[in-house]
Amino acid sequence: MDLTYTEEEEAFRARLRDWLAGALAKLPPKPSPGDWPGRRAYDAGWQRALYDAGYADLHWDASPTQRLIFLEETERAGAPYVGANFVGLLHAGPTIAAEGTPEQRERWLPPILRGEEIWCQGFSEPDAGSDLAALRTRAVRDGDDYVVTGSKIWTSHAEVADWCELLVRTDPRAPRHRGISWLAMPMDAPGVTVRPLRTLAGSAEFAEVFLDEVRVPVRNRVGDENDGWRVTMVTLSFERGTAFVGEVVACRRVLAELARAARRSGRWDDPALRRRLGRLHAEFGALWRLTQWNVSEAQRSPGGVPGVGGSVFKLRYSHARQELYDAAAEVLGARALVLDGEGGPWVADRLSSLSYTIAAGTSQIQRNIVAERILGLPKGG
Amino acid sequence: MDFQPTEEQRALRAGLREVLAARFGQDALRAAVAAAEAGAPVVDRRLWRELGDTGFFALGLPEEAGGVGLGLPEAVLLFEEAGRALLPGPLVATWLAAGTVPGAAEGRVLVTAYDLGDGLVTYPAEADAVLGGSGPAAVAAGRPAVAAGPAASVDPLTPLGRAARSEGTAEAPGTAGSVGTAGTAGTPGSAGSAGTARPAAAGPGGAGGPGEPAPYRREGALLTAALQVGSALRTTELAVAYAGRREQFGRPIGAFQAVKHLCAQMLVRAELARTAVYAAAVTGDPVETAAAKLLADEAAVRGARDCLQVHGGMGFTWEAEVHLHLKRAWLRAEQWLTAAEAEEALAADLTES
Repeated sequence: MDLTYTEEEEAFRARLRDWLAGALAKLPPKPSPGDWPGRRAYDAGWQRALYDAGYADLHWDASPTQRLIFLEETERAGAPYVGANFVGLLHAGPTIAAEGTPEQRERWLPPILRGEEIWCQGFSEPDAGSDLAALRTRAVRDGDDYVVTGSKIWTSHAEVADWCELLVRTDPRAPRHRGISWLAMPMDAPGVTVRPLRTLAGSAEFAEVFLDEVRVPVRNRVGDENDGWRVTMVTLSFERGTAFVGEVVACRRVLAELARAARRSGRWDDPALRRRLGRLHAEFGALWRLTQWNVSEAQRSPGGVPGVGGSVFKLRYSHARQELYDAAAEVLGARALVLDGEGGPWVADRLSSLSYTIAAGTSQIQRNIVAERILGLPKGG
Repeated sequence: MDFQPTEEQRALRAGLREVLAARFGQDALRAAVAAAEAGAPVVDRRLWRELGDTGFFALGLPEEAGGVGLGLPEAVLLFEEAGRALLPGPLVATWLAAGTVPGAAEGRVLVTAYDLGDGLVTYPAEADAVLGGSGPAAVAAGRPAVAAGPAASVDPLTPLGRAARSEGTAEAPGTAGSVGTAGTAGTPGSAGSAGTARPAAAGPGGAGGPGEPAPYRREGALLTAALQVGSALRTTELAVAYAGRREQFGRPIGAFQAVKHLCAQMLVRAELARTAVYAAAVTGDPVETAAAKLLADEAAVRGARDCLQVHGGMGFTWEAEVHLHLKRAWLRAEQWLTAAEAEEALAADLTES
C-alpha cells in the first residue's frame, strides 16, 4: 500500500504544472454557454494546445497513474474541462484505439487528438435507456453502405459534432445483444436532423438526433458486424473509470469554499451545518482515495482497463455530489433561489448535479451491476 | 503509486484469516456467547496468547524490541480480519499498550482503555491494565477501578463496567513506574508518554495542533475503524449468502432488486470505508483518520442493520450472527472517536485549508 508517486511520475507532474502555468495565461476568454461555435472553438483550441505540448493522448495512451496525475493537475490549475472533446477523447477514441483497424485509427484518431474533429454519442433511444440493448435504430446493408433509420436521444454536443459513434441494429432476428453494430456516422450526411433538448438547468446540452435513410459506408464500422455490444462495453468501462477524477478535485475545492462562506455569513455557528460539511469532507477525501485505489487496480490489470470498481465509485460519487450542492443551498439559504447572485455558480451546479444519478448508467442500474457482477447475486426481478 | 496491498501484506492477512477460521469459527463464536451468558470470562486467554505468538500485538514494535517492525498499514489488515471474525477482547488497547505495558506485546495480559464516554469501561473484570486519559502519563497499570460495579452490556461479548474515574481527569490509577518497563520502546526514558512506543506515533501524548488527538488516540480510532470495516465486509457476505439461498415467490430473494440493492449499498459503504482506513494507515494523517472512523462506523452499523433486514425474521433471532455484529458495531462507534467528534474535527480542517 503505497501512496507515494515514483520519481518519473513526480517529474511528469512538475513538467505538466510548468506547462499549465504558461498555457493558461494564453487562454482566450471563455465563451457563453449558448454560443456553440464559440464553445467548439474554445474546446478545440485547448485540445490543440495539449496536442502541441504532447499531452493530447493521455486519456487512452498513458498509464492509469499518469492519467490520474494529468486530470488532477489540470483541474487544480483551473484548466478548461474536456468539453466538446469528451466523446472523442473518452468514448469513441478509446474504442477505435482498442477495436479499430490500422486504417480506421489513422483516419480518426489524429483529428481527435488535435482537436480538429468533434464526436458525439448515439447510443440511447427514446425506448432504449437503461435497457440499451433494446435499441431499434436499423441499419440495412445496401452495397458498400448501411442505410440507417431511427432516432437517438441525450446526444451531447450534437450541434457541433463532425462524427457520431452510433449503435445500430444490423440483425433484428439475432438475440438482442448479438445483432448490434458500432458505426462512425458523419453528422453532415443527408438525412441527419438535430433537435436541441433543453435541460432543467435551462441550457441545451443535449439533442435528439433523427436519422432518415442516412447512408454510412460499411468501412466506417468498427469491429465485426453484430459485435457492436462487446465493442461498446469497452467504451463504457472507460467512462466509469477515471472520468470523474477532475470533478472530485473540484468538489473538494467547492467544499472548502462553502465552509469559508458559512464562516462569513455566521451559519458556521450551527453545529448541524458544520457536521454536515465535515461529513462531506470525509466523503470526498475517501472518494479521492478510492480513485487512487481503482487506478492502482487498473495499473495492475492487462491493458489498464478500469474494472467494475468504477460502479462502486460512480454510485457513491453521484450521490455525494448532489449532497454537496444541497449543502451549498443550506449555506446560501434563500439566496439558493437566485441564479445571478453571488452563489449563482453553486445554484447552477446544484441543478446540473441532478443528472449525475441518471447519466452514464442510473444508480439503480449501477446497483444491479454491483450486486450481480461483484456480489454474484442472481439476475432477474 | 500502488495503493493495493503488496503480496506480503495479502499473505499476512490471509495468514490471520486462517488462524481465526481454525481457532474462532462460528461454533467458537456461539460457544463464547453462551459462556459469557453463563458468567464465564469472555476472552480466551490461550487464544490471546496464540495471537501474541503470531506477532499480532507486537506488529508495530521495532524488531530490536522483540516486535515485527511493521506499521499501521499491516495492522489495519489484521484488525480487519479480527473484526470480520468478531473476535472478542480489548484488541486495540492491548495493541497500543505493546512495548509499554509488560506482557501486552506477547498477549500475556489484557489491556483495556478509557475509550468510551459516560464513565464506562470495557472488560472491567478481565483486564489486567488500563490505558486512559489523553495527556502524558496516560498509561496505568492495575485493573480499571470499577466503583459502581458492572453494567449489563448490550453486546454479550463486550462486558462493560462503570469506571470510578471519568476519562480526562488528572488522576490516573497506577503509577508511571509500571510503565517504565518500556525501555524497549522507541522513546526510551519517556516513561509517561503513553502509546508512543511505535516510531510512527513517537511524540508526547497530547502534542500536535489544537484539538488534535494524542497519537495513541488517533491509532486507537484507526484500528477500531479497521475492525468496523471487517465487520461491514462480513455482514455484506452474510447478507449476500442468505439472499442467494433463501427462496420466496419461487426464487432467491436476492433476485429481487429491493434486496439486491440493499446488498449493493452495503458493499459500496464497506469499500469506501476500507479505502479510507487504508489511506489513513498509510498517511497517518489525523483528518484522514477521522474520516476513516466516521465512514467505517457508518459502514459497520448500517451494514449490520441491512444484513438484519435481508435476513428477515431470522435476523431478529439470538441464534443468527447478525445481532452480534450490530451490537459490536454500536459499541465501537462510541470508542475513541464518535461521529460528532469526527465530524467536528473534519469541519475544523475545512476552514484551515
